[in-house]
Amino acid sequence: MQKTYYDPADLRKFGKISEWNQELGDKFFEYYGKVFEEGALTAREKSLIALAVAHTEQCPYCIDAYTKDGLQRGITKEEMMEALHVGAAIKSGATLVHGVQMMNKVNKLDGE
Amino acid sequence: MTKVKTQSLHKRESDLAQSNRQLEILSNGIFQNGELPTFKSKIAESNQFPLKAKKLEILQINVGYMCNQVCAHCHVDAGPDRKEIMTKETMMQCLDVIRNTGAHTLDLTGGAPEMNPNFRWFVEEAAKAGIKDFIVRSNLTIIRANKKYHDLPEFFKKHNVHVVSSMPHWTKGKTDKQRGDGVFDTSIQALKDLNAIGYGMPDSDLRLDLVYNPSGAFLPGDQNSLEKDFKKALIEDFNIQFHNLFAITNLPISRFLDYLIASENYEDYMYALVEAYNPLAVTNVMCTNTISVSWDGYLFDCDFNQMLELPVNSKVKHISEYNEDLLEGRHIVISQHCYGCTAGAGSSCQGVVA
Repeated sequence: MQKTYYDPADLRKFGKISEWNQELGDKFFEYYGKVFEEGALTAREKSLIALAVAHTEQCPYCIDAYTKDGLQRGITKEEMMEALHVGAAIKSGATLVHGVQMMNKVNKLDGE
Repeated sequence: MTKVKTQSLHKRESDLAQSNRQLEILSNGIFQNGELPTFKSKIAESNQFPLKAKKLEILQINVGYMCNQVCAHCHVDAGPDRKEIMTKETMMQCLDVIRNTGAHTLDLTGGAPEMNPNFRWFVEEAAKAGIKDFIVRSNLTIIRANKKYHDLPEFFKKHNVHVVSSMPHWTKGKTDKQRGDGVFDTSIQALKDLNAIGYGMPDSDLRLDLVYNPSGAFLPGDQNSLEKDFKKALIEDFNIQFHNLFAITNLPISRFLDYLIASENYEDYMYALVEAYNPLAVTNVMCTNTISVSWDGYLFDCDFNQMLELPVNSKVKHISEYNEDLLEGRHIVISQHCYGCTAGAGSSCQGVVA
């Protein structure tokens, strides 16, 4: 049994999830592939979105995968970092906007 | 003058300067313990072994390993310290073949082919043979390296040479990282010189194509998308035009193999190549329609086999005894580096193949 939760080599085995449920696995990978095809958004734009989400989801496999994918597409490190800040801004904004709930509660319980 | 970044593996007396050491690495480890299939067993799965040479279309001649650059990933291990240069005598033997070959493309490469002292004479003579597509692989910076090379664009134009040049990225940082400090700025200047006399312009017959190969341990993305991005950036930033972009995969040999091992990327890179294996690419892989001639006149299935010192599997070994009929149908010599040409959409000196 491995002693760490994450092993980089496991990313290569992602496809194996279908072995325990072929039908749902196949549907998932078909959907996944379709999502990343060129559409109203370019595949390049989708790669940058995926990279930002990979970070907000804190998925190490996805970070590896979409950093590499970005390099393959010629995406620069400046573009990658900018995309991450979009993710980080939404993440911190999502935290802070809950501050309104906190303020509402304080005002209700202990208002002037 | 472009600054040179490093020395060749040969100059450094690195283990990896020896082709047998490279072949050993490519055959051992993950390929020996069965973690990954050998290239031979992989192509056998789709009944493509042995890989056989078809009719010759491209004659690729390496006129010497000397170069004014020392690019990080050079599969030739070229540089200013390499002294292997094709002699006029071997060039004359090549000319006999060029005049009589059925090949439609002549492809001159190096090193920097322009640094061979007989380069211009050779181009003048070869151009007379009337080959349909006459390519010179120019690293661009050579045009600006020294006054004696400044008129190269005019010389190319006079002989209707098709110029193919490397450009790993449209940004300075990524290009210089791979090809040496100052290479990007000098290349941009050289491209402007070529554009100024008509090379690469939309309706021009003076062909100017760029070669993209990744700057690190990853495979190239989609060739068409990269071409669009290159064109957009080069026009917007520098008003530079070119015709096509060839996306080429870095093969795990020579300096790129050295880099993969030193950066602990070798195994992951080989996994990526094997996972991206495309049997369709095998059908059109360049060794099946190309002969590569080394600076000393020996024949190889491709430039990579030349660097690995894997000669053609044929009675004919040297340009002096060249015989197209005897070479056709020969079994291509393969090893694990061949996965580099069959990954994804495939890779050749003319870009994707599938």
